[in-house]
Amino acid sequence: MTSLPANPSDTKLGLVIDLDICVGCHACAVHCKEWNDGGHSAPLTDHDPYGSDPWGVWFNRVHTFEAGEGADSRTVHFPRSCLHCDEPACVTVCPTGASYKRAEDGIVLVNADACIGCKLCSWACPYGAREYDDVDGVMKKCTMCVDRIYNDNLAEADRVPVCVSTCPANARHFGDLGDPSSEVSQLVAARGGYELMPEMGYAPVNRYLPPRPRKVSAGDTGAAAALTPVDHSGDVGVPEIGTGSRLLDWVDRMLSR
Amino acid sequence: MNPSYSVIFFTTASGTGYGLLALLGVFATAGWLPADPWLGIVGIGAALALVTAGLLSSTFHLGHPERAWRGLTQWRSSWLSREGVVAVATYVPAGLFGIGWVFLGDTGGFWAACGLAATALAALTVGCTAMIYASLKPIPRWSNIWVLPVYLLMALAGGGVAATLLFAAFGSGPHWTGWLAAGALVAAWAAKFGYWGSIDGAAPRSTAESATGLGGIGKVRLFEPPHTGTNYLLQEMGFRVARKHAQKLRRLALLSGGAVPAALCAITAISEPGWPGTLAAVLAATSFGVGIVVERWLFFAEAEHVVMLYYGAEAA
Repeated sequence: MTSLPANPSDTKLGLVIDLDICVGCHACAVHCKEWNDGGHSAPLTDHDPYGSDPWGVWFNRVHTFEAGEGADSRTVHFPRSCLHCDEPACVTVCPTGASYKRAEDGIVLVNADACIGCKLCSWACPYGAREYDDVDGVMKKCTMCVDRIYNDNLAEADRVPVCVSTCPANARHFGDLGDPSSEVSQLVAARGGYELMPEMGYAPVNRYLPPRPRKVSAGDTGAAAALTPVDHSGDVGVPEIGTGSRLLDWVDRMLSR
Repeated sequence: MNPSYSVIFFTTASGTGYGLLALLGVFATAGWLPADPWLGIVGIGAALALVTAGLLSSTFHLGHPERAWRGLTQWRSSWLSREGVVAVATYVPAGLFGIGWVFLGDTGGFWAACGLAATALAALTVGCTAMIYASLKPIPRWSNIWVLPVYLLMALAGGGVAATLLFAAFGSGPHWTGWLAAGALVAAWAAKFGYWGSIDGAAPRSTAESATGLGGIGKVRLFEPPHTGTNYLLQEMGFRVARKHAQKLRRLALLSGGAVPAALCAITAISEPGWPGTLAAVLAATSFGVGIVVERWLFFAEAEHVVMLYYGAEAA
């Protein structure tokens, strides 16, 4: 049933991603690929995996953005995956009932046995969370590692999405964002966590923690607050150096065009 | 958005078929439809052939066409499902209308009522098709109030051109159908101009800043994409048409899909019944076919998806 649950529980399982400490190592994306290639939505098909132009299905992608200008600019690594929205149009547009939002915990899943591969859900998602598997002919997406988080065969510490357990910088957190007293909710409150593209009205559950303000004082290290730019005004410049061979110089000029 | 040829063919062919079906139903109700069985075979046959070819084509882009029936189940929430349900339902009154016309030589009374029901369902189907696109907020150029009127009027115009050709070829039916087609074409392209004006002048709905939430630091730009190769998102939603080409294609669509067929349909309307009028109608239908495909291709190619904000777009 692709209508949203009539009586959802208060539980909203989600991720909190700390953009202040994400180092952009892509471990979350790689471990996601590894786990889910054998999990609920397996396989995550690849094309040309060992060739020169490989591509395939991933549920988690780490972008890197720059924000701001000059000395005040920041480089921010930005993991992007399904936000398990409260108003997921990807679910309601589904004509077959394959896409659904679970009433008990808010996880958005695809029933691959009912999916006709019309791709409309991927058009309806502003966040690019859904990737089509053209070998299986069905849509696939982040499962919040639903095959881990309730898995009694795993140690309790491991019952979290792999992107969270594998993060070496502890930039990813998993928990119940519907419970204001949960650790993740308190983290969001303390750090001013925000949702992506709120103007779309999808009410995403996942939250992103903004980079902390840059420290402007150098503390008590004795270092200058800012480095003085090197004065280049007296530079004589680098002399033009040829290779000594007119042919190679010509090749160099051609290649330098 | 990547213009998928199966979907372009579906929306244009079935739109025109539904337009023709809708007009035939209205004409029957008004008593303007000659009860000639041959006209019925070709008229209803052409309408249902266009509709059916379009619907079949739309299943070609499915990953699992054999499961297409499942698409009829979620009409409570999904415009795509509603479209499927109404499209299937349209066959019932359309089929009855055709039986009365072709086998009983009767286009009045109960059979006309069936025709009118087919008209209503045909309009609903085209409306559902438009709403599939118009309801997608992540594609600002689709979730636009002009999309629904444009789809409905383009279907009506296509049906008008087809009806003009049908009646001209048979030398029967209301001779002024050509004027109706010309009028519908003018209305459809007026709506299309409204659409183009709206999307060209629209402020961006989302930006790289709102997509990342990093606007507080400053202007946001992509430093490194997450993957060096392609992926599904870039293939499906990363399609862009150069603005220069888009402007040329808009003019081509307007000329071939609007001005030329409108003039030719008017020529059919003022010609005496005979081959010159029929030839004009054939040319009108051919020209419209080219123009509507270009129009629909542009509808996809010019639409930008907000997910591209994560891949270097600044605003969408």
